[in-house]
Amino acid sequence: MKRAANHDVLNLTNIRKIFFAGTVDKVVALNGVDLSVADQEFVTVIGSNGAGKSTLLNVVAGVFPPERGGKVEIQGDEVTRLEEYKHARYVSRVWQEPEVGTSRNLSIEENLSLALLRGRPRTLKKAGNKKRRQIFREALAQIELGLEDRLTAQVGTLSGGQRQALSLVMATISKPSILLLDEHIATLDPRTAQTVMDLTEMIVERERMSTLMVTHNMEMALRYGKRLIMMHKGKIILDIGHDQKKDLKITDLIAAFERAAGEEFTDDNVLLSC
Amino acid sequence: MDLLISILSVAGYEGLIFGLVAIGVYITFRVLGFPDLGVDATFPLGGAVAAVFIVKGTNPLLATSLAFAAGLLAGMITGLLNTKLRISALLSGILMMVGLYSVNLRIMGGANIPLLREITAFDLFSKLTGLHGMALSIALAGLVALFIFFILNWFLRTEIGLALRASGDNEKMLRGLGVDTDKNILIGCSLSNGLVALAGALVAQNQGFCDVGMGIGIIVMALAAIIIGEGLFGHPKGILSILLACFVGTFAYRLFITLALRLGLPPGDLKLITSILVVIALGIPHLRKRMRQEWIPPASRM
Repeated sequence: MKRAANHDVLNLTNIRKIFFAGTVDKVVALNGVDLSVADQEFVTVIGSNGAGKSTLLNVVAGVFPPERGGKVEIQGDEVTRLEEYKHARYVSRVWQEPEVGTSRNLSIEENLSLALLRGRPRTLKKAGNKKRRQIFREALAQIELGLEDRLTAQVGTLSGGQRQALSLVMATISKPSILLLDEHIATLDPRTAQTVMDLTEMIVERERMSTLMVTHNMEMALRYGKRLIMMHKGKIILDIGHDQKKDLKITDLIAAFERAAGEEFTDDNVLLSC
Repeated sequence: MDLLISILSVAGYEGLIFGLVAIGVYITFRVLGFPDLGVDATFPLGGAVAAVFIVKGTNPLLATSLAFAAGLLAGMITGLLNTKLRISALLSGILMMVGLYSVNLRIMGGANIPLLREITAFDLFSKLTGLHGMALSIALAGLVALFIFFILNWFLRTEIGLALRASGDNEKMLRGLGVDTDKNILIGCSLSNGLVALAGALVAQNQGFCDVGMGIGIIVMALAAIIIGEGLFGHPKGILSILLACFVGTFAYRLFITLALRLGLPPGDLKLITSILVVIALGIPHLRKRMRQEWIPPASRM
């Protein structure tokens, strides 16, 4: 496979996604998105409901391909029409619901074993071994929830916050090219959300992971990451790099939104979660 | 005393043989979350393939292996109907069940193949060990069950097996982790139907004939056995306890059936009794909740 000359981890070119095409319910979820994410860049993606944030993550994760004419490249490899499970070689993801990122009926160790082999061929070798258990213990010790001593516990017995923290470890243990966080703390209570977000920041910084984090919360979008992207009606309407982002305030963001989108900012959902 | 031993040994033999069916059904229903009703036809398929080859003079061990392979193939087709053509799991199984009935008749060239004059795997094993009658049946069934038990206990702990076990629970996560979930379904359905066909092949050889109708209702029987086993083992999650629960559940179920027969129940009523048993086992916890006025989620349609 040919490597691109630049150092971008992710290159999206002319990404469009239309749902229910040809019916009265037609929705243009993504309407020509171009985006490049540099290696080790932590990008936050903000936007109101229906802006296309989740659709964008789904395209990167390969849940569905974009419309013809669009192109998705990760690490210089074109993955546009690759099946979802093949994207896993490059992309890992933490979903909004802790239940989606973990398997309830398996133990913590078994969940991590599944995650450790992300994107690699699975064989008839024993899934659990001493060396792997050691890797798991070390990874779990760093999140300081005491899970390293409970490797054999059923994941179904963990709390939502613990499961989401485990999802995060599962998403990062095999060092993906790009980490997708899909409002991954939105369903947690405020304190647990903060804990999981702190863990996220710690892991992303330590592993220098290229990250796309979708959020509803403007304050979070400002506080975390080196770059902020705002989406509206399937387009990127704002792209603020590190230099400007440092001094950015929520009022600036709202003003910028109104300027860029050409309409008054009325999304209670976004405002309330500030 | 003799009566007790005879009842226990019948249930013991059947627990071992039909325990394989229960494990097969467990793999689809519980592990994959894929309610495959096709086993009603893969059971006689196994019997038919083994019987036809044995009548032709094939080594019974080879014939039994071929029956297993036929089951693998049938399961693979069920899985393909679901994964490649997106036909629902339930319907894929039913289509296989109905279609295989004709295939089984074709294979057998009639509705029944007698094996009484042929050399079966049991005859070979008898020559080898000197065992006869019930002891022979139990010994061979036990050997096969033990073999499958160890193979599955190993397989389900491998990297592939582990991915299979998360299948019924969370396919979205699996795809996100790079597991081809369609392949998972194919592996699981094949394995399940292979085991059921293997059981069918052994049952046909043991009873001395293969009949095209010998699989009718076997799915409900296996479910009853699984439910009993899960009840006895307290909804097991570990591999060892799940495998044991399948065998013990089947043994308990066959014991119940054998007793019912001894008490003079006409064999024709067995299927009704089995169905009622499953209805009771599934329905009682629900009715209890209703009586305690607990919240009950809407009925599932899967």
